[in-house]
Amino acid sequence: MTRLVREGRRAVWLIARREIAMQLRSKGFAVSTGVIILVLAGYLLLHTTVLGTGARSTVGLTGQASAVAGQLRVAAEQLGHEVRTVQVPDADTGREQVADGELDVLVSGSPSTLRVLADSQLDESLRNVLNGLTRQQVLAAKLAEAGVEDPGATLGSVYTSQVRVDYLNPPDADLDQRLVVGLVLAVLLYMSVITYGMQVATGVVEEKSSRIVELLLATVRPWQLLLGKVAGIGTVGLCQLAIVGVVGLTLTSVTGVLTVSGVTAGALLWGLVWYLLGFFLYATVFAAAGSLVSRQEETQQVTGPMMAILVIGFVIGFNVLLQGATSSLAVGLSLVPLLSPIMMPARIAMGLAPAWQIAVAILGTLAMIALVTWLAGKIYGNAVLRTGSRVKLREALN
Amino acid sequence: MPSTCLEIDRVSKRYGEVVALREMTFEVRPGELFGFVGSNGAGKTTTMRIVLGVLAADSGEVRWNGAPVDFATRTRFGYMPEERGLYPKMKVLHQLAYLAELHGMSIQAAQRNAEFWIGKLGLRDRRQDTVQSLSLGNQQRVQLCAALVHEPEVLVLDEPFSGLDPVAVDVMSQVLRDKADEGVPVLFSSHQLDLVQRLCDRVGIVRSGQMVAAGTVAELRSGAAARLIVEAPDAPADWARGLAGVTVTERTAGRWTLELAPGTDEQRILHAALATGPVTEFSRHKPTLGELFRNVVTEGDAR
Ligand SMILES: Nc1ncnc2c1ncn2[C@@H]1O[C@H](COP(=O)(O)OP(=O)(O)OP(=O)(O)O)[C@@H](O)[C@H]1O
Ligand SMILES: [Mg+2]
Repeated sequence: MTRLVREGRRAVWLIARREIAMQLRSKGFAVSTGVIILVLAGYLLLHTTVLGTGARSTVGLTGQASAVAGQLRVAAEQLGHEVRTVQVPDADTGREQVADGELDVLVSGSPSTLRVLADSQLDESLRNVLNGLTRQQVLAAKLAEAGVEDPGATLGSVYTSQVRVDYLNPPDADLDQRLVVGLVLAVLLYMSVITYGMQVATGVVEEKSSRIVELLLATVRPWQLLLGKVAGIGTVGLCQLAIVGVVGLTLTSVTGVLTVSGVTAGALLWGLVWYLLGFFLYATVFAAAGSLVSRQEETQQVTGPMMAILVIGFVIGFNVLLQGATSSLAVGLSLVPLLSPIMMPARIAMGLAPAWQIAVAILGTLAMIALVTWLAGKIYGNAVLRTGSRVKLREALN
Repeated sequence: MPSTCLEIDRVSKRYGEVVALREMTFEVRPGELFGFVGSNGAGKTTTMRIVLGVLAADSGEVRWNGAPVDFATRTRFGYMPEERGLYPKMKVLHQLAYLAELHGMSIQAAQRNAEFWIGKLGLRDRRQDTVQSLSLGNQQRVQLCAALVHEPEVLVLDEPFSGLDPVAVDVMSQVLRDKADEGVPVLFSSHQLDLVQRLCDRVGIVRSGQMVAAGTVAELRSGAAARLIVEAPDAPADWARGLAGVTVTERTAGRWTLELAPGTDEQRILHAALATGPVTEFSRHKPTLGELFRNVVTEGDAR
């Protein structure tokens, strides 16, 4: 009995080893890993520039308003808003430049009656800065009128005084970054599960279409072949995800895009765990679908319904996360077994998943895996030797 | 019945309404080349699949060494399926070594055996090529290697000779003979009856899922009605008509083929022939396996 178990495990290992060797030897693996890393790097680059321009404005100054350039920069900086000032020869040129988007706003008029021209919206903090400037001018004039000795010092003390704010729930400065990490992770997991799930289906069909399955099943059992294939291809997917994750982590911490490498590393580890859960959940179904057909051209047809579930689940899940990762809908969906593998790791990365929810999601997914594997194994075992026309699901189930 | 042979005992199988096998029974003894013949759809492939456990029988049993064949014993069987199957994108050597390992060999032994059979079947130059880049005949040689690479103790080959050139047929025949000489029971099916007659120790003829005749070629032949060929150029057309126990089966310009009922005296026929004039040929004709086969098959149709 123990000898049989050992032999059984050996066969699974041999089958998995072959899958790994064939996958790693193919060009596809290197190419797809490279492409994912490039896309990820591109996305992060885009993100840095977008984040950077968020709090920066270019302000054109014309006529008397040019005198406030220095004050404007200083005042804005105090509010954490970076302003670049540009001297504009006349109002018409400035108008054109605002229309072209070269300038964010054009400031004209005298310092005490500043007029601002913006395209369609004015940044709220910039408006405050400019309002403050005008008031300062008016106040300075009034103070001088009233005979105050040093209006500059008075104004300085007025404008540097601020309220002190205490928070009941201090805002998380890293939340934005975590959101990015979570969403990137969700996309990566979704892509890996689809790509490698599809590999499982094509692999099964290849064995059927080349008829080698009859030779194989004369010496190994169907479940061994199924398990070996899923384990082998799953390992390759895990390797790819780990490579992409480590490269991404290195890239972001070297470029300083993300300052939360600790969080990211944790998210990556959870990501790998969830990849395994998600992959095993879907891979056996992909294998069962593949076992129904004998020709590669039919693979799309049988995997279609499952792909649809994955795509729709992902699109809904992703949008729910984008709109508010704390909403009860997001929490609910992340606990649904078929969606957990994509939603939960994202919520974990965002730091929004309490331990009990993680535990519930893992247990639910494991139970689902058990159920799905049992069903898929049955279908696979019944259908994989029936070459020729497409096997009906009903026939494969009894 | 010797216990070291492969026994197929009253195996039945039906596909819905179609009865593929009806109590198929025969055995293949150690060191014996057993030829399995029968018309298309007679049930040869179905039998072999059941032996390899790729298909489940409805009833009946396959035994080896006296015990029912189970999963563990099957890893010691070598199999060449009717629908050839190999991984198209895998290299020949890698593929064979992999299959040997799957059958339980150590990695070193697998590698060694793969190299050995590749050499033996003349594929040395192609060992690093993918299977899909080989010609059909060469793919078939690889397929044979795949059946042999794990040193099987039983060989089951479904139409191993189809699609081979004459040289490859000789190589294949020699390999099968050698295996049988090592004491391995070898069961193979074929439609090339002359080849089966030449090669096999015993032959089984299947018709509609049943074994209708099994034995050495000599046994099968002796069981059939004897035939005489008589060449008597001057004999009249009806010279043989009056002879008891004689049927004329064929007649071409002065040459007759006669079928004799059991116990008919040949000398009496010779006398009758000589009475018509000179006799230039008088010979006893043993039916070929092909003729036996046709008899058996048409007998079934007549029923
Ligand atoms: N998958 C199947 N479904 C239904 N009927 C089948 C199936 N496979 C075989 N049969 C039927 O079983 C019978 C025996 O077929 P089998 O393939 O064993 O014949 P065979 O002797 O190998 O023929 P051939 O010389 O053409 O290879 C045939 O009547 C065939 O139609
Ligand atoms: Mg056949």
